Amino acid sequence: MSKTYYLTTPLSDADVKGLVAGDIVFLSGILYTARDAAHKRLVELIQNKKELPFDLKGSVIYFVGPTPPKPGDPIGSAGPTTSYRMDSYSPILLKHGLKGMIGKGKRSQEVKDACKKYCAVYFGATGGAGALLGKKIISSTVIAYPELGPEAVRKIEVKDFPVTVINDTQGNDLYIQGRAQYEQK
Amino acid sequence: MREIQFDEIVEAVKNLVIYSSTNLPKDAYDALKDAYKNEKSPVSKEVLAQLIKNADIAKDEQRPLCQDTGLAVFFIKVGEDVKVVGGTLRDAINKGTELGYKEGYLRASTCTPFSRENLKDTVGYNLPAIIHFDLVEGDRIDIEYAAKGGGSENVSRAKVFPPAAGKEGIIEYVKEVISDAGPNPCPPLTVGIGIGGTFEKAAISSKHALFRDIGSTNEDAEMAQLEQTIKDELNKLGIGAMGMGGTQTVLAVHIEANPCHIASLPVSVNVQCHSSRHAHITI
Repeated sequence: MSKTYYLTTPLSDADVKGLVAGDIVFLSGILYTARDAAHKRLVELIQNKKELPFDLKGSVIYFVGPTPPKPGDPIGSAGPTTSYRMDSYSPILLKHGLKGMIGKGKRSQEVKDACKKYCAVYFGATGGAGALLGKKIISSTVIAYPELGPEAVRKIEVKDFPVTVINDTQGNDLYIQGRAQYEQK
Repeated sequence: MREIQFDEIVEAVKNLVIYSSTNLPKDAYDALKDAYKNEKSPVSKEVLAQLIKNADIAKDEQRPLCQDTGLAVFFIKVGEDVKVVGGTLRDAINKGTELGYKEGYLRASTCTPFSRENLKDTVGYNLPAIIHFDLVEGDRIDIEYAAKGGGSENVSRAKVFPPAAGKEGIIEYVKEVISDAGPNPCPPLTVGIGIGGTFEKAAISSKHALFRDIGSTNEDAEMAQLEQTIKDELNKLGIGAMGMGGTQTVLAVHIEANPCHIASLPVSVNVQCHSSRHAHITI
């Protein structure tokens, strides 16, 4: 039976260790946004031993490219993008302290293995619920790569942002296990 | 010859783009409510509840349903007795699209294939639109519009089968496409299937099949039967809403069939996410 948790970032090993695929988590605190173009640059910084635009330790990255905000709003619609495009970059970020990723869709075996090895989780947010999820974002500041437009790195503050654990620290995968439960052969 | 002003078309297209981004059509909304009612998995049911709430928020507060506001896709039937005054029809569609995406605070998602440079400052904001023209009798312009997201487009596929593959071959192929896609295209889905024609005709037909209202019945009884068979098979896959496991993977299967070459059986599968933003106007 799935459990519900309320967690605040940055996340510790203790925070993520108990999470099991299928659990629902309401996240509050700071998240960083990045899509493939930004991931490529972050990984290059690590490879060149340069400083990153934010501290990876305990951090959570949200794979999102929001719509432009309307006047007076912190951000536009902001649902998750498909995560596999980040698969080649995520393991190195996990190695350097990243504790959580939020996106939608399947991850590679390398990412799932890295979640086990470095004690981290992959969360799924509801794709296509951009209006609802955008409202959970209280503030948003571009902190790197403004030239990437919707793909820039943003520091966002969220309150009770709803996600589901897809890949946990034990190697479970909700996309495989959840589906097996309802598949009719 | 009936004359239609360039600016009238621009205004109509602009409004169509903005309206579609925040108002989930009734057929798609009702289909989500039905899926919620029928879903057996509590996890998927919660996702469907979020999607219904999302549609309500989007409509009430005029916020885009999804941050992926898509590429603008148009199917346009132009009457032979109509003339656009003040510019070309193509320019009017593109201008309306650009204004709609800009004034509606929608995301410009069009880029070059390799450098991935966003074209908003060079070609235009989310331009060019994808436009399919057709010439028909009459003095009207019929415009079907959809904002097509990338996630579901990425799992779409086409293949030319030998004729012997038949219906069974098509059923197996569609199952393979949707099974492999799993959670990635944002289920519950509408699946557009183009059958017959040539390679490109099948692909365009599969796209156009997605514009049909969810819940409508195919006029061809044989195709209606095949749609039902494929839908039942796909819902046995267990993928569920957002792939988290469940019984409601597919909201509808729509087929458009065409006569084809004696040597071939082209099949195209175009996938639509649950945020089926499509609209239709006649000028």
